[in-house]
Amino acid sequence: MPSFIVQFDNVRKHYQMGLVTVEALRGVSFRIAAGEYISIMGPSGCGKSTLLNLLGCLDRPTSGRYLLGEQDVSRMDDDALSAVRGTRLGFVFQSYNLIQQLTVVENIEIPLYYQDRPEAESRAVARELAARVGLADRLEHKPFELSGGQQQRVAIARALVNDPLVILADEPTGNLDSTSGAEILRLFDDLNAQGRTIIMVTHDLGVGQRSRRTIRLRDGEIESDSNPPGDFP
Amino acid sequence: MIRGLSIAQLRRTVRLGFKGLWLHRLRSLLTVLGIVFGVCSVIAMLAIGEGASHEAQEQIKNLGSQNIILRSVKPPEEQKVSERDSQSRVLQYGLTYTDVKRIRATIPGVTVVLPARIIREYAWRISRRVDCELVGTVPWYPEMRNHPVATGRFFTETDMDGRANVCVLSAEMVPALFPLEAPLGKFIRVGGNYYQVIGIMAPRARTAAAEKSAETTQVPSARVFLPLETAKLRYGETLMRRRAGSFEAERVQFHEVTVKVDQLDRVMSVAEALQRLLEYGHKKKDYAIDVPLEMLKQAEHTKRIFNIVLGSIAAISLLVGGIGIMNIMLASVTERTREIGIRRALGARRQDIVLQFLVETVILSGVGGLMGVLLGVAIPFIVTWTAGMKTIIVVWSPLLAFGISALVGVVFGLYPALRAAQMDPVEALRHE
Ligand SMILES: Nc1ncnc2c1ncn2[C@@H]1O[C@H](COP(=O)(O)OP(=O)(O)O)[C@@H](O)[C@H]1O
Ligand SMILES: [Mg+2]
Repeated sequence: MPSFIVQFDNVRKHYQMGLVTVEALRGVSFRIAAGEYISIMGPSGCGKSTLLNLLGCLDRPTSGRYLLGEQDVSRMDDDALSAVRGTRLGFVFQSYNLIQQLTVVENIEIPLYYQDRPEAESRAVARELAARVGLADRLEHKPFELSGGQQQRVAIARALVNDPLVILADEPTGNLDSTSGAEILRLFDDLNAQGRTIIMVTHDLGVGQRSRRTIRLRDGEIESDSNPPGDFP
Repeated sequence: MIRGLSIAQLRRTVRLGFKGLWLHRLRSLLTVLGIVFGVCSVIAMLAIGEGASHEAQEQIKNLGSQNIILRSVKPPEEQKVSERDSQSRVLQYGLTYTDVKRIRATIPGVTVVLPARIIREYAWRISRRVDCELVGTVPWYPEMRNHPVATGRFFTETDMDGRANVCVLSAEMVPALFPLEAPLGKFIRVGGNYYQVIGIMAPRARTAAAEKSAETTQVPSARVFLPLETAKLRYGETLMRRRAGSFEAERVQFHEVTVKVDQLDRVMSVAEALQRLLEYGHKKKDYAIDVPLEMLKQAEHTKRIFNIVLGSIAAISLLVGGIGIMNIMLASVTERTREIGIRRALGARRQDIVLQFLVETVILSGVGGLMGVLLGVAIPFIVTWTAGMKTIIVVWSPLLAFGISALVGVVFGLYPALRAAQMDPVEALRHE
């Protein structure tokens, strides 16, 4: 079997708005191999966030099939999806989404907390990752004491803490100035260089050039896919 | 519902809950205030009520639950007559020797009959004066009325037969008459006669209730006990009383007769028999029958009603407290929608969210309950200290109040927690 870690097979997502059905995704199919760095681009309202939510198992497709690793996650129940999110996925959001009353190291730990990992162990992993994103001296700080770029680095550390199959990022540089934005993108480059699979929604054409593959959406359909992986023998 | 929950996880959730609540100390405190006061008032009211009813019951028990007390009462129509023409009239009423003899002869199961005469007098010691009740009674009075002698002795049959000039003082008399000396062996003067003090009764708890009820059988504090025969010799059968300008005389043979029934379960039937016997022998209603057992039952009944009322108040205040907590928790859930979304995205199951919010509510109500218990235990002490009221904290009441408040936390925390858990992660993440 080919080592695709994500397979979307004619995935549709409809939203019922009273009498009107909004077709946010109308039959999307693609496959992603391990270690890819993919940017998803397209005009506003074309379905990027919807696609990312489906990829992130935060939502279920209306129809179609989604294989994450070997698992068909498109028909899983809520608890099982929570487990998938907690063990196989890492999220980086545009607005960082750190929990304000927790410290840096506690924020990084959250995914492990829900996997019931021993406290000492998760604390150690969280410290190590904080150091890796350059925040070793900010462990006990609260998010509001950090700059935007630092907060986003905390979020990236948090996305790595459960050693995920895929990292999903929704416009991670959208709220940052260009300098911190560039730092964050460099961090993503490093991660990809170390073998992490990254799927990033972005408006930034520069990001499109960094990533090796760009999927363009238009009106809920794939307009172009710059560099799809070939079939493995 | 809760699957795969480890102790470690629960402990961490509790720690997290404490931390979160501590962060908003003031708000948390205000949230639980309803519970605090609910719990506190339950415990305090229960303690005060228990104290009051205990005191009442104690007083009734002091009369002896196996006793029936017959008293002479001036008939109401006679009172009016004596007020109208108050010249030299001798009023005759009350319990008589004949009554006592009849009771002894006809009612089975009556073991002892204790007659007493009560006369209001001044007792003197040199220049000190005390307004007191002179009680002419029999030597077995202390054991029958559960009122022991503290020092010295009570008078004996010999004193009785010899019409000895001896007396026993109630404890309350001593400081007024003998502030500096030991009373035993000393003499006091009552109505022109001297009596040697041979004993002091044990003190009795004096209460507002006892002082008000001078008319009933409760023991008023200042009493001088004389042998019945001595009292008869000194005062005869007729009691003179001077009133403004005129004087009035009453002839009462016994002011009080105590009947002791040999078995507790026969008290009520003996009381009925006594009622019939006295009805037959008296034209006017110049007597009263007090049954301490009946009073005790009444007191217990009153206490039950009090407890029901108290329970209702407690239930309402805890309900209000619970609603207060629920209100704040609902607001907190809305406020933390984003946090819920983040946690769900990072792998929290619905039950983890339920647990998180439920634990917070239970901590709130538990801590509130604990504070209420502390306050509720402190207040009775303060009441006792400042108002001099007796209070009793029943052991189970703090436990019960605390248990209920924790339960309130679970019940009223469940709905907000479920609301939090039902949120759609995508919607929650989009929430501003
Ligand atoms: N929860 C929702 N309910 C109804 N319509 C939605 C919902 N989420 C997204 N949509 C619609 O689906 C389409 C795609 O939205 P989205 O994926 O957010 O686009 P993008 O992120 O590319 O701007 C839009 O037309 C949007 O209005
Ligand atoms: Mg979007």
